[in-house]
Amino acid sequence: MGTGADRRVDRVTAPGGVRARARVLARADGRGGTSLPVLEGEGPLAVRRTRGSGAEARVMLVGAMSGPLGGDHFTVTAEAAPGARLRVGSAAATLALPGQEKADARYDVRLTAGEGADLRWLPEQLISARGSDLYVGTRVDLAAGARLLLREEQVLGRAGEEPGRLTSRLTVRIDGRCVLDQELACGPGAPGGWDGPAGLAGHRAVGQLVVVRPGFAAEPPAARVLGEGAAVMPLAGPAALVTAVAPDALRLRRLLDGALASLGRD
Amino acid sequence: MSRAALLVLADGRFPAGGHAHSGGAEAAVRAGRVTDAATLEAFCRGRLHTGGVVAASLAAAAALGTDPVELDRAADARTPSPALRTVARRLGRQLTRAARATWPHPELDALAARFPKGAHQPVVLGVAARAAGLGALDAAYCSAYEGVSGPATAVVRLLSLDPFDATGVLARLAADVDLVARDAVEAAGRVRAEGTGVLPARSAPLLEIAAEAHAGWPVRLFAS
Repeated sequence: MGTGADRRVDRVTAPGGVRARARVLARADGRGGTSLPVLEGEGPLAVRRTRGSGAEARVMLVGAMSGPLGGDHFTVTAEAAPGARLRVGSAAATLALPGQEKADARYDVRLTAGEGADLRWLPEQLISARGSDLYVGTRVDLAAGARLLLREEQVLGRAGEEPGRLTSRLTVRIDGRCVLDQELACGPGAPGGWDGPAGLAGHRAVGQLVVVRPGFAAEPPAARVLGEGAAVMPLAGPAALVTAVAPDALRLRRLLDGALASLGRD
Repeated sequence: MSRAALLVLADGRFPAGGHAHSGGAEAAVRAGRVTDAATLEAFCRGRLHTGGVVAASLAAAAALGTDPVELDRAADARTPSPALRTVARRLGRQLTRAARATWPHPELDALAARFPKGAHQPVVLGVAARAAGLGALDAAYCSAYEGVSGPATAVVRLLSLDPFDATGVLARLAADVDLVARDAVEAAGRVRAEGTGVLPARSAPLLEIAAEAHAGWPVRLFAS
C-alpha cells in the first residue's frame, strides 16, 4: 500500500469493502512492567487489554463482526518498544468470507519489536471459507536482541467445505536482514499442484511457528521431524521455523504445541 | 546469444551432479504420494509453482547481473529447511566447478572465491548462464525445466515407471514451465529497482517437511 493510501482517514468504506486499522504500542514502563500507550481499533477490529502475567501486557483482538469479506482491507500494527513484553491473541478464529462484490480481501499484519523486547503474536486460526479470496501479508521487523513467538494457522474451508482462495506471505527481518520469506498459496485458482503430493496432499490445516531467540545465534536448535506432518527447522539467523500440516485445526494445534515444547523454555 | 550453449547448460548430462538428487520425489514415493504418472505430474506441477518459480527467478536475477551475495541471502530466506539449504549449496559448488571448466569467466571465479562451500545452485546457474553468453530467460528456463526433469527421471528409477510416461509428464508440463519462466524473468527484472523482496517466495510445506525426514534416512537411493 502506498503512502497516499496510508494518509487517508482511518476508516473509509470504499466501494465493495471496509477499510479498518488496529494499532497497539507497548512500552516498558520503567518499573518492570509494560504499558500500552496506544491501543486503538475500529469497526470490525476491536482491541482489548486483558489480564497480563508478570511484566507482560496482553491484548486481545476481538472481532466485532465477521470478516474480512471480499473487498475489505484490514491492517493490524503491533509494536513492542525496547524492553517491552507484549502478547497479542484473538478471541476467536478469523473467518474469510466472500463479499457481495467479487473483490478479493486483504489483511496486513505489521509487527515490530525493539532491542530486548518480547513479542508474542498468537491469534486463533484463519479459516478460508468457500468462495472467499484473501491475501494475508505478515511482515515482522525485529531489532537485534528482540524475541519473537509467532503462530499462524490456516484452515482450508469450514468442516467438509471446499476452501476459498488464500495467499499468505510471511517475512521476518532481524536487524534489517531477511531470515524468512515464504508464501503459501492454496484454494481454487491457486497455482497448479497446491493440493498435490508436493503441496498439501489433502491436508486441510497448515501452520507455522516462528521462534526468534538471541540465544539461537550461538546455539541453534537441532532440525527435527515430528511425526509425518511437522518439522523444526533452524533458519539462517537466530530463528527457527516450525512448519506443520494436519487433517484439521485441532491436530494442527497439537503438532505446533508439541514442536514448541520441544524447543524448550527460553 | 548461442542457442547451442543453452542446450549444453540444460543437458541432463551436464556434469554438475544433479542426477544424484530426486528433488523430493524419493520421499514422496516412499510416503505413497507418488505412485504413477498422474501423481508424478501433480508432484512436478506443485514443485514447479513453488520452489521451481523461486529458483527460476533467482537464476534469472543472477543472469541479469544482480549481486550474487544478495541473491544467496534471498535464497536462504526462501529455503527454511536446513537439509535443502545444504543440498542447494552442494549442488551450487558442483555446478560452479563444471561451469568454470566449461565457460571460464571472472564472475564465476569471484563466485567460487566468495562461496568456497558453494552458493545456492540457482544463483550459480544464473552466473553460469551469463558466462555462457545466455540471458535471463534462458537461465529461468534451465532452472524451471531441471526442477521437473530431475524428479521425473528419478521416479523412473524409483517406481520403474515407463520412461515414455515420464517424458509425457514433462511434455504436459511445458505450458506451466513457459509460464513460470516468464514470471521469473518479470520478477527478476524488478530486483534492481525494488530489491530482492520482489522475488517470489512460494513454498511447499510437505516438500520442506519431507526433505528434513529424508535427510535422516540411513539408506536412500538419492541424496535429496
